Amino acid sequence: MSDPSIPAPGSSGADRTGAAATTAANPPGSVILEMRDITKEFPGVKALSNVSMAVRRGEVHAICGENGAGKSTLMKVLSGVHPAGTYDGEIHFEGQLCEFNNIRDSEHAGIVIIHQELALIPEMSIAENIFLGNETAKSGVINWLSTRVKARELLARVGLEEEPDTKIRDIGVGKQQLVEIAKALSKDVKLLILDEPTAALNEGDSQHLLDLIAGLRSKGVTCIMISHKLNEIEQIADSITIIRDGKSIETLRVKEDGVDENRIIRGMVGRDLESRFPDHTPDIGEVFFEVRNWTVRHPSVADRLVAKHSDFFVRRGEIVGFAGLMGAGRTELMRSLFGRSYGTYVDGTILKDGKEVRLRSVSDAIDAGLAYVTEDRKTLGLNLLDDIKRTTVSARLSRITHGFVVDEREEYNYAESYRKSLRTKAPNVDEGVAKLSGGNQQKVVLAKWLFTEPDLLILDEPTRGIDVGAKFEIYGIIQRMASEGKGVILVSSELPELIGLSDRIYTIAEGAVTGVLSREEADQESLMRLMTRRTHGGSQATTRESA
Amino acid sequence: MDKVKKIFGGDTRQLGMIFALVALIIFFQIWTGGLTLTPDNVINIFQQNSYILVLAIGMVLVIIAGHIDLSVGSVAAFVGICVAIAMRDWNLSWWMGILLGLAIGALVGAWHGMWTAYVGIPAFIVTLSGMLLFRGANQYVGKSNSVPVSEDFQVIGGGYLPEVGPNTGYNNLTVLIGLLLAIGIVVGSLRSRRALVKLGAEVEEAWVMWVRLGLICAAIIGATLLFGSGRPGTSFPIAGIILAVLVLVYGFISNRTVIGRHIYAVGGNRHAAELSGVKSKKVNFLVMMNMSILAALAGMIFVARSTASGPSDGVGWELDAIAAVFIGGAAVTGGVGTVVGSIVGGLVMAVLNNGLQLQGIGADATQMIKGLVLLVAVAFDVYNKSQGRVSLLGMLTRGFRRGGTDDDSAAPPPPSAATETTPVSETIRQSS
Repeated sequence: MSDPSIPAPGSSGADRTGAAATTAANPPGSVILEMRDITKEFPGVKALSNVSMAVRRGEVHAICGENGAGKSTLMKVLSGVHPAGTYDGEIHFEGQLCEFNNIRDSEHAGIVIIHQELALIPEMSIAENIFLGNETAKSGVINWLSTRVKARELLARVGLEEEPDTKIRDIGVGKQQLVEIAKALSKDVKLLILDEPTAALNEGDSQHLLDLIAGLRSKGVTCIMISHKLNEIEQIADSITIIRDGKSIETLRVKEDGVDENRIIRGMVGRDLESRFPDHTPDIGEVFFEVRNWTVRHPSVADRLVAKHSDFFVRRGEIVGFAGLMGAGRTELMRSLFGRSYGTYVDGTILKDGKEVRLRSVSDAIDAGLAYVTEDRKTLGLNLLDDIKRTTVSARLSRITHGFVVDEREEYNYAESYRKSLRTKAPNVDEGVAKLSGGNQQKVVLAKWLFTEPDLLILDEPTRGIDVGAKFEIYGIIQRMASEGKGVILVSSELPELIGLSDRIYTIAEGAVTGVLSREEADQESLMRLMTRRTHGGSQATTRESA
Repeated sequence: MDKVKKIFGGDTRQLGMIFALVALIIFFQIWTGGLTLTPDNVINIFQQNSYILVLAIGMVLVIIAGHIDLSVGSVAAFVGICVAIAMRDWNLSWWMGILLGLAIGALVGAWHGMWTAYVGIPAFIVTLSGMLLFRGANQYVGKSNSVPVSEDFQVIGGGYLPEVGPNTGYNNLTVLIGLLLAIGIVVGSLRSRRALVKLGAEVEEAWVMWVRLGLICAAIIGATLLFGSGRPGTSFPIAGIILAVLVLVYGFISNRTVIGRHIYAVGGNRHAAELSGVKSKKVNFLVMMNMSILAALAGMIFVARSTASGPSDGVGWELDAIAAVFIGGAAVTGGVGTVVGSIVGGLVMAVLNNGLQLQGIGADATQMIKGLVLLVAVAFDVYNKSQGRVSLLGMLTRGFRRGGTDDDSAAPPPPSAATETTPVSETIRQSS
């Protein structure tokens, strides 16, 4: 095609906003954004009342608050999703009163928001995604050469070593997050808003992302970050604004005020949490569930094993943690156990109460007393069109049917009693699950699986995207299950949670069990060591071994 | 308005449709100078549209499950010609003809179901193919000729309830059925209310129930007298009875049975359904098969009414049925829809068609008006959802979390003694 040495127009510095932003007129430390008395009402609900906050130039400003406190609404007001006029209050950005009518307006001003659910198109390439809606084009015809050159430059800035032509679906979530940031950088970003950027990332990717944010800060990009991971906030944020029940409570300076996690939690919940985990005395019985030599092939890649000769067991009343990095195969392992709902079975046996059971379908698994709370509540765990009562009974309708007919009275009874015992916050069980907050949705999912009267409860990331208060309640529910003599398998990416709850923790790497630690032995370092331990011979060699 | 909502159950969508239907009927009644609500015309509307309404019942299940069926018109025509020829050549009795037709429908449905559910081809493609395939098969089997059917077979499409008992000026059976229906609804409401009270659940105020029951009974009695007072020899059509039975049966299936729940679950979130033990392939298979069985029935009703099966029967039916379902509140993305809603949707189209015909409006203008009505009805729906009601769109885009009321933003409750010591299963046993 054309000569690659010709620099692409506009690629040289126009998007180096970092340097441009830190000019003498705008010294770092001055206020770049000020939101004054923001009040936003939805029909019947006051989501924000008189929220004020100021963000200084070149800082990482965290917003903390429980789910539903109003963080996301505030960011939607800021980014123009809720247009000017639908809220009260003033937004001053770079000293100017701003009235954004849509996202385009706010992006034009240099405010870019990256949502928790990534807005990338899987079938398009990295470069196409970066410039989607912002194409390098002349009268509608895209200049691919310059697009690629610019994309490569942006990828280098975020430290992502991928070809611009790689499709989004071929890279992991961590890298996708970096693409989102590259996309933001392509838009002359002055203020970058990250909503739960590390929610779906493992520790390694999270750290990389935090380093990148620190790097952007040093180049003068101001960041607002919403996160539930308080350790990350403590590590990276310069200031923290705490929002509770739609009101701004306080703004803390991390260094000056000597803020730590407990201090943040106190602000968020309005009081000290005595403990982040409820008290629990394990009462552990005999082994009742055992998996031997469990081996499963990837559903579409024939020579790849997602579970490799895994052996483990669960005792009655025991909470067994499963630790592993993203992609280690924890979810795949659990789903393959749960009625072979993932991958192709190759080898291995499941023993329950000493007898071998063959679970060929999900209904087999449910009948055998297994329950699996999925990792992804919204796409795998719930029918968002349904209401609480129908969801509660959906995994074992046979319990309340006479012939083929559902007994609606029993349905109502059960749903209501689970709602009460799990303290699900909803006016009644006719409420649609879509209207509930994340924590309450998770309780409905738990109710649905408790309704099947399982012996073994497999929980895959049960507290993801749930705020501190609801987490504490879910922990209590998990411990109650164990006290009742059920076995619990807990898969989690949050090591403190695993350590705090589990009686024993298995580590998984590349589909194989790499170790097991007792409650006393387990700490973050020992777990991390086992989680990153390579199975013999590297990944390729082991995956190609004959079954 | 709040009171009105209370009476009709607060479902804006359904409520809107019923009001639209009533308004439409009143409008045409005035415009046509009283021609709309005459016994003959009402009977006519039912007979002319019963087969579309039968199709709509099957179609709403298909659409709830997240599919579509374009083949129903062709399948109906194919079954119609097969039954007509079989009865003519093999001297089958009318009921053997009907059984044969339903069996052929089941086979055709199994064909569609197999490709859709087990091979995994989108139903749009499978039934588009079926639409061509069975249209051709109709013309191949019938050699593009019309084949008449016997008079006893014609009853299912063109017949009426017989005259029995003393001469009351009305058709006695029609009146009897109307009365039984009214009594059944009153008794049913009272019983379910008592059951709810027993459960300690919230119940509506008594006057709300009585006003609603009064309105329903008035409507039933009005309809009964209308149907019962037609020309001698006419009364409530047999096709209408078939339809009514189907509405009751399928309404019950969709709401109260395991398979019904599974259809909604698969349409709402297939993955979640599968991980809850629902066999989604089986559900899809059954839904597609059921559709073709109902298409077979619709085809036979039509053949019976028009006294012969022809090569162009059933052209365009699929679109009428699909329109009825969407006007009736179903969602293109699946998981939403009701049998009754679809029937109301079908009736809106039917009344519109009939009224315009009575006024001598041409087929061209009628089609344009029907097209716009479909659009406006769905637009109303979409607008309603965008106003913060439960909507698919809202769920997909997420975000909008209604701020700080209905979430768990309050401080975590201390682990109280009650929940700590009482195991969950025990709490449940106690309270149920």
